[in-house]
Amino acid sequence: MSPVISARQWGWRHAGRRDWALRDLSFEVPAGQRILLLGPSGAGKSTLLTGLAGVLGGADEGESEGSLTLAEGTRPAWMMQDPSSQLVMSRVGDDVAFGCENLAMTPTKIWPRVRSSLDAVGLGWIDLKHSTTELSGGEQQRLVLAGALAMGADLLLLDEPTANLDPDGVVQIRDAVADAVADHDRTVVVVEHHCEIWAEMMDRVIVITNQGVVADGTPDDIFSRMSSELAQMGVWTPADAISLAAPRTSAVQRGTTDSIHARHTLAQPSLYPTPGESAPSNATAPLPAGSPSQDPEATTGTNAIVAENLSIGIGHTVVAAELDLVIPRGASTVITGPNGVGKTTLALTLGGLRAPLNGRVATDEALAAKSRRQPHTWSSRDLLTRIGSVFQSPDHQFVASTVFDEIAVGLRALKRDADQIRTTVEETLDRTHLSHLSRANPFTLSGGEKRRLSVATVLACQPQVIILDEPTFGQDRLTWQSLVDLITQLRDHGTTIISVTHDQAYVAALGDHRIELKARS
Amino acid sequence: MTGTVLDRVNPVTRLGAAMILTFPLLTTVDWLSATVTVIVELGIAAWINRAQLPRPRAMIRRGLPFLIAAPLAGLSLLLYGDPGGRIHWTWGLIVISDQSIGYGLAVTARVVALGMACLVTLSGVDPTDMADGLAQVWHWPARFVIGALAGVRMISQLSADWQAMKLARRARGLGDSGAVRRFFTAAFALLVSAIRRGSVLATAMEARGFGRGERTWARRSTVGRADVVCLLVATAVVGLGLGCSAVTGHFHWIGDIV
Repeated sequence: MSPVISARQWGWRHAGRRDWALRDLSFEVPAGQRILLLGPSGAGKSTLLTGLAGVLGGADEGESEGSLTLAEGTRPAWMMQDPSSQLVMSRVGDDVAFGCENLAMTPTKIWPRVRSSLDAVGLGWIDLKHSTTELSGGEQQRLVLAGALAMGADLLLLDEPTANLDPDGVVQIRDAVADAVADHDRTVVVVEHHCEIWAEMMDRVIVITNQGVVADGTPDDIFSRMSSELAQMGVWTPADAISLAAPRTSAVQRGTTDSIHARHTLAQPSLYPTPGESAPSNATAPLPAGSPSQDPEATTGTNAIVAENLSIGIGHTVVAAELDLVIPRGASTVITGPNGVGKTTLALTLGGLRAPLNGRVATDEALAAKSRRQPHTWSSRDLLTRIGSVFQSPDHQFVASTVFDEIAVGLRALKRDADQIRTTVEETLDRTHLSHLSRANPFTLSGGEKRRLSVATVLACQPQVIILDEPTFGQDRLTWQSLVDLITQLRDHGTTIISVTHDQAYVAALGDHRIELKARS
Repeated sequence: MTGTVLDRVNPVTRLGAAMILTFPLLTTVDWLSATVTVIVELGIAAWINRAQLPRPRAMIRRGLPFLIAAPLAGLSLLLYGDPGGRIHWTWGLIVISDQSIGYGLAVTARVVALGMACLVTLSGVDPTDMADGLAQVWHWPARFVIGALAGVRMISQLSADWQAMKLARRARGLGDSGAVRRFFTAAFALLVSAIRRGSVLATAMEARGFGRGERTWARRSTVGRADVVCLLVATAVVGLGLGCSAVTGHFHWIGDIV
């Protein structure tokens, strides 16, 4: 049988770029095979999937060499990491039907297909008129998959399909894909940084760099034979997930058994890693001191920030209510919980960027600005040296036209003198490995570089508290490690860290204190 | 939003009814036809929304922009409209006369009537249903209609981006001064983000087979008796208003006051 995919010395160069995104790529994929595609950042994995999906564009988008062909009649479907950017219609049924309409199917044939594909991804219970924006991330991503199945797709191209999702959503997608390919009548190619959840169901692993295929074999073969090479390239392997997360997981789970009940949302402060230790029942009391993994000096027993009876939200919409929680000084706190539960809003409220709808957020005396303790009443300048916030999307945060100026923005607002600004910026660039990019435009950086820059802009002002929203999102193994090292270093020097994250390895590394937000029951 | 009798009418027919109602209001100016139209429209609105009448606050809030704009528009004609008849008061360029009082009242009633017409016919229209109607009943090009629909959906994402950027500027120490400059840099960043989101969505749509040629429509958009009734009612309302002013001799084309 002829292969579904055949690449012969294929290469692609985006218009206006000097370097090839990837080239010399040769491989064949027989029908029904399940492929895990790995490679370091910038290896051209997304470019390859885009090419297979047939949407790389024509000659004005870039230039190609060699050939990349699909078997006659193959119907590819493509899923990207952000489900909300792929949903076209506002109602569930309409969105699944959208692809069928484009294939000019008869309307009477479309609706049965819509229903059966929704059933196939486990969304059969949803009303066809349900709003697509009100679904969780995992449900949205399954909806995208349902749209692909309804179109009769037989080649699924998944580009980091779980990157934006909470652990529940990750499992939902994996299971839905596993069901869709159970009969080996569909071919699937998955690109994912954290590949451990996929490794089990895959037939074959192909490792590429932008020079072509560097390894090709069964998952067992590749991961046992090449784990150190892969690690050096910055590729995550299933073993990483185990070695990074395993030793501490059991303690974390036991540590969160106690909880503070709120009417709408459950906040569970607990002190990691003291197994079985009960969470403080009175939120204002200082945390029990002395967690074995930390320098005893770091936890001085005071809380940098305390939230009491806190309701958070946007405008008049309450996202979560009656939260009581504490942020211990000099330690690293992680906030976890399902998509849409209000983690980002909580981070913004603790960071003084949104006002509480009810209740209060108060800092300790050392943090107070002009004896005011509620961060949302501080001036923008006062925030800089007290609480720094790193946003989920770095793009939202950039205001300057060069990396150097971007880091200098805060220092200029603080009216530091020019020499001092230059030294501080250079130090910060060095520390975040961005020195070689100091004249580049922030918007042209890669994902990993943008994240480091957004951290750097906050670091330069040396705030006492740093709040990070999904700091490790989309990082490969190398950039992940350097980010975690940097944050650990800051914590060890006494900076209070608050992170919102889904990343279990990150929680294991930096979850001195854990807060889990639970969905409204 | 609870259903009303207008849900049985195709959105494009409702758009047509809005055009019928507003065209004479835009081309003529006298207080009587507009006032008659407002009164009839109020009656129709009350009947259509009879389920919500006990709680009229939402309806008033939606009409608020028109209720504010109407007296302001009227005031400018009252003060600066072409004088005629008895002069009551002058001060510099301001001349209040019988005629300008008439124009002021006419324009006030007219703006209220325009607003009411759009609210009655178009409020609660689902953008998807509107797109279906435009493409299937009016045969507008699918590329344009679906593109516009996708654009409407992006507005909520962009407003979330805008919020995040505003907060980010406060976090970066830029929140205390330079509001105008800050607005422009944020607007530029929003534009960048809109282009990026737009191109990602366009690629996703292309990957789902959009724009390859003929497409079908899963939801059938049809017109029927309810649509005919809707258009007849709109025409009757206009006829009644214009008829009253013609019979009583209040009728004026808009050109008469400029």
